[in-house]
Amino acid sequence: MPSEGTPLSPQRRRFLQDAARASGGCVVAGSLLAWLARDARALPAEALRPPGALPEKEFLSACIRCGLCVRDCPYDTLKLAELGVDAVATGTPYFTARDVPCEMCDDIPCVAACPTGALDPALDNIDDAKMGVAVLVDQENCLNFLGLRCDVCYRVCPVIDEAITLETAHNERSGHHAMFIPTVHADHCTGCGMCEKSCVLPEAAIKVLPARLARGSSADHYRKGWEEKEAKGGPLVEGLIDLPDRLPGPGTDNLAAPGGFAPTYDLLGVGQ
Amino acid sequence: MSARTHMPVGMEAIQERGRLRAHKYLLLRRASQLLFLAVFLLGPWCGIWIVQGTLAGSLTLGVLPLTDPLILMQSAIAGHWPEWTALIGGVIVLAAYALIGGRVYCSWVCPINPVTDAANWVHRRLDLPKGWQPKRSTRLWVLATVLIVSGTTGVIAWELVNPITMLHRGLIFGAGFVWAMIIAIFVFDLFVARHGWCGHICPVGAFYGLIGAKGLLRVSAANRTACDDCMDCYAVCPENQVISPALKGKPGSTPLILSPDCTTCVRCIDVCAVDVFKFTHRFDDKVAAPTDPVPAPDPRAARPI
Repeated sequence: MPSEGTPLSPQRRRFLQDAARASGGCVVAGSLLAWLARDARALPAEALRPPGALPEKEFLSACIRCGLCVRDCPYDTLKLAELGVDAVATGTPYFTARDVPCEMCDDIPCVAACPTGALDPALDNIDDAKMGVAVLVDQENCLNFLGLRCDVCYRVCPVIDEAITLETAHNERSGHHAMFIPTVHADHCTGCGMCEKSCVLPEAAIKVLPARLARGSSADHYRKGWEEKEAKGGPLVEGLIDLPDRLPGPGTDNLAAPGGFAPTYDLLGVGQ
Repeated sequence: MSARTHMPVGMEAIQERGRLRAHKYLLLRRASQLLFLAVFLLGPWCGIWIVQGTLAGSLTLGVLPLTDPLILMQSAIAGHWPEWTALIGGVIVLAAYALIGGRVYCSWVCPINPVTDAANWVHRRLDLPKGWQPKRSTRLWVLATVLIVSGTTGVIAWELVNPITMLHRGLIFGAGFVWAMIIAIFVFDLFVARHGWCGHICPVGAFYGLIGAKGLLRVSAANRTACDDCMDCYAVCPENQVISPALKGKPGSTPLILSPDCTTCVRCIDVCAVDVFKFTHRFDDKVAAPTDPVPAPDPRAARPI
């Protein structure tokens, strides 16, 4: 505390008051802005970023919202989010696959147009784009799952037979037909949205979702035994005896019931 | 206060020079604002692609990149180092405004300026109280806040609310609810705070004020000896604290308006009936000698209104 006789200057008091007031105001305004910034990261699932877009968090630090990618998109796929209309961060580019999907131009004009690198210029092959991952979300309404031959999503896929394949399965209902199940392979899927756009149902049974929703992830320590074994060319543990697998049915080594599964399998020590 | 201060602002200039010439710089400025908007709109509206993009970032004639340096700065603070195209564009804009005078952007380019000017015009007409007047340093605090929030959240923070780029982008790409924001700014400037947005809050103006602090283009009160204290320049000036040091400076002090707050809108030249102000460069600090060797008569006595 100041001693008697050395009064504090009024300028000092004024300065401290003003500084406190200004910083208080800035904390309030800054908090509001930070809340908006947090809000801006919530990209709706149906909004897809252009090819090469950085992960959403980095994208919002890089995209200056100039719209040059939109201008250079020859198919008018991309649009800029409008304030209060689209739930995407205002002014940032996105597309909705069901409306206009990405046509996957070879020269990727949107990436070339981006001045800041929010669309990563390292993307030089459109097949490496990861805009999202197609997921056959509704197996109950998908015509192929009903045993019909729609196949449209498979046919329109720009990476046909790699990103979407048709896997045959037995049709239990009819008992003597095959079902051709459209199966997405995420490694090859670019998320262009052609499949979602073309799905013949009123609401698409196959949808492109952002990878965060579409994919699970394997734990780091998981190893697939069969792959490891093949890579090594033998059992992974030395001296392990590889016993024959006991399978039901003829032609196996099931000695207890040659030719098939024993219906009354007698469990040792269990009274029956 | 004399009755003359209640005459409509600029009336004497209109009587002296006619309505058109008394609005010369205002009209030029509107033309410039329209021109900057028009070159961006010619593409999407008429298919004439001179400029693509928006004020945030653009490409002129397919070769000249221009980028808003404040947005780039926020981007860098948020953790993204922009590619060369954006950096070169930012440096060009930065250099241009540092050379000319930063806040020329505010009054000759910015699309929000007509909005706040309109609010101020109505404000003057209705003779409303000036309302909340935060300190002039507020916008610097806002600028600092914006940069800090960009750093902490990793998002280009001001672009979440920036009415300048939102309005500009809205006109070019589709507006959504941007009009509500523009109305909010108009109402804020009209009823809450006179010259509130551009004069006290906007961090973009603060930023351009800082980079253009040593800009060449300046207004000089060269003929300040002729001033008849009508106060019209103070009434129209959006940053009227910049006038006094030049206009009312002691003999020997510079007549140049050197404050970086001056937007070089030069409305002061328009409304001055006795041609005190002129458009010049920052090294021209000549003060015109009184034309009449006899001291000018007291204007209050000279014009008995």
